[in-house]
Amino acid sequence: MAVNMNPKANPMPCQPPKKRAHNFNEVASGYSEGTAKDEALRCLNCKNPPCVEGCPVNIRIPDFITQIREGNYESAYKIISESSSLPAICGRVCPQETQCESKCIRGKKGESVGIGRLERFVADVHNRNNPGSVYETVATGYTVAVVGSGPAGLTCAGDLAKMGHMVTVFEALHTAGGVLVYGIPEFRLPKAIVRREVENLKALGVEIQTNMVIGKTLTVDELFEMGYDAVFIASGAGLPNFMNIPGESLNGVYSANEYLTRSNLMKAYKKDSATPLMRGGKVGVVGGGNVAMDAARTALRLGAEKVFIIYRRSRDELPARREEVEHAEEEGIELLTLCSPTAIIGYQNPDDRRDPKNGFVIGMDCIKMQLGEPDERGRRRPIEIPDSHFRLDLDTVIMAIGTSPNPLIKNTTEGLDVNSRGGIIVEGEGGKTTKSGVFAGGDAVTGAATVISAMGAGKQAAKAIDEYLNSLDR
Amino acid sequence: MYKITNKQELNSAVTLMDIEAPFVAQKAQAGQFIILRVDEEGERIPLTVSGFDRENGTVRVVFQRVGATTEKLHSKKVGETISDFVGPLGRETKLDGLKKVCIVGGGVGCAIALPIAEKLTAMGCDVTSVIGFRSKELLIFEEEFRKASSRLFVMTDDGSYGRQGNVCVPLNEMFEQGERFDEVITIGPLVMMKFVVLATKPTGIPCTVSMNPIMIDGTGMCGGCRLTLTRNGERMTKFACVDGPDFNGYEVDFDEVMARSSIYRNFERHAYEEACNLFKKEVE
Repeated sequence: MAVNMNPKANPMPCQPPKKRAHNFNEVASGYSEGTAKDEALRCLNCKNPPCVEGCPVNIRIPDFITQIREGNYESAYKIISESSSLPAICGRVCPQETQCESKCIRGKKGESVGIGRLERFVADVHNRNNPGSVYETVATGYTVAVVGSGPAGLTCAGDLAKMGHMVTVFEALHTAGGVLVYGIPEFRLPKAIVRREVENLKALGVEIQTNMVIGKTLTVDELFEMGYDAVFIASGAGLPNFMNIPGESLNGVYSANEYLTRSNLMKAYKKDSATPLMRGGKVGVVGGGNVAMDAARTALRLGAEKVFIIYRRSRDELPARREEVEHAEEEGIELLTLCSPTAIIGYQNPDDRRDPKNGFVIGMDCIKMQLGEPDERGRRRPIEIPDSHFRLDLDTVIMAIGTSPNPLIKNTTEGLDVNSRGGIIVEGEGGKTTKSGVFAGGDAVTGAATVISAMGAGKQAAKAIDEYLNSLDR
Repeated sequence: MYKITNKQELNSAVTLMDIEAPFVAQKAQAGQFIILRVDEEGERIPLTVSGFDRENGTVRVVFQRVGATTEKLHSKKVGETISDFVGPLGRETKLDGLKKVCIVGGGVGCAIALPIAEKLTAMGCDVTSVIGFRSKELLIFEEEFRKASSRLFVMTDDGSYGRQGNVCVPLNEMFEQGERFDEVITIGPLVMMKFVVLATKPTGIPCTVSMNPIMIDGTGMCGGCRLTLTRNGERMTKFACVDGPDFNGYEVDFDEVMARSSIYRNFERHAYEEACNLFKKEVE
């Protein structure tokens, strides 16, 4: 088949911005079969494909794309599944533009192949046509406890189950999925897709126990006493960071974690939900990552009349995916870059202590910034411009400035060492910790990162745990 | 699913339930809390444990019907189940080395104060208890407190039982008479705890308060339960779910906590009215 030399990738069909800003339906609707085949023809099928190196789990990208060209979607799915446990999720939330697609040869003269869009197409076709996966395994008799059911935990559990080990996943919340259900909104990753992936794991024999806080309900040592042969800690980066500026405890100031959890996991995005959440008015989101974009776009869909994103560096340094930033701006969200909050202002009626509006946010003081010398990570440091203060009128402020690892497990597990930032210390790619039989991966090790890097860590850990189990003297 | 094995209406507003949750019952300590969800669409609410039976695997919660969720929980019968019950969360109340303690409980907070009084008495500690209620009709656990205390003061706001006045009245009298304790532990409405702290402060006696703010996960993830402490002149943010629920009362910014507790007042009132209407319909 002739290669399609169109320099432009097939665009992803999306709901129009004005419409989608008012609903929680998925923004991108996915390639049709014809579009997918056309896009697949843009792949040069390189001998030494650089895209594979750019993928954290090294999916054989040209091979699966070749199968799409031929119309063998199930074969394409099998190829992806060799490397990725959760293709329908990765195809949606991976930052492909900085990974596989950034290495694509086609990107040098035009746009790279839409690898992520093709991955999503393959996964969606598979999920439509196959109600459940059947996987034959030989039971090894070993049991593994996985702590946390986010991307790292689910990936590790799936791989271990395919190797024949008995796996139990312990989840602190009432629903499995971790950040995939409490953090990433419905319009970017429909929850039905996460549920399906969780059901696939159950079909593999993975047991999921919700409402189990490891470090509280049970300790890691108790898991070993109960007979588990190994433990994988994938508890995520839990604790939200705040800026430590005045006014952060006013009513109407949320961590992005709380705001998104109320909307996503607790379903405040549904009109008749029992979950309270401040809606409407003017909303300011502080931060420039994907979480900030998610929070801002959620606020808009919950009825905000105006949403600002306040970020202290310039547009070029925004850590969020370009696509997310573009989507946010198309929907009408205003980006205030080179700008940093100095205080959040609350209402206080001097004549009436009992005024119900007392203690609620009315605005935020900000100062303008300029970029100075690069810091140790190579990003230019933001510096305050003297006397450039201004005030934004706001009703809600959402802090999306990162998270720190949760100390619950560290505090109750002797022999498990963490670094100065609270991340669990691991040796090598497999996530071996300082405690025998205990492995760790994902944000609990690295601090806040991406879904795919957590999946990569879960995958490597499954290999390392398998080796560890096989080395055990029974 | 978690089964309700026992239910008692302690008065017209307060209900006791024992709920089957063996893992939680195994670990729970006085001062810790649990989070429950009544059904699949429900809110997550934190309740401090007021008892546990490790052998039978049940945990006791006592709650006041103040909103839609507690009303829905109250409507459940023995043998029925609720969908989620997770814990024990937070830190246990530190009681080591205490010889003489004054417990000050208010309203439904007495249900949480009781296991602390019982544990202290079992440790050989001398316990004075002051329990306060709006009126006689709302009195709970009087007999239990009498057993767990060497001295008991029962106060009602309207004087319909015990002495009239708030819990600070006997507390101040004791302090004026030179009575001293190793610690004052107070659990109840925010405004009551605030005034117990103010009353105790001049004596220099350590004063512990138990906070029960709005939260979602109870593991530190949402940060909704944050409160501000002032320690050595420095203000710091703490999370009630992982750093508490007990705090040094002298450090807590009560006015801020009270303001934060009212953030969803309008939403809750509306939801509660709807729930009440719903239950009325069911009864008719």
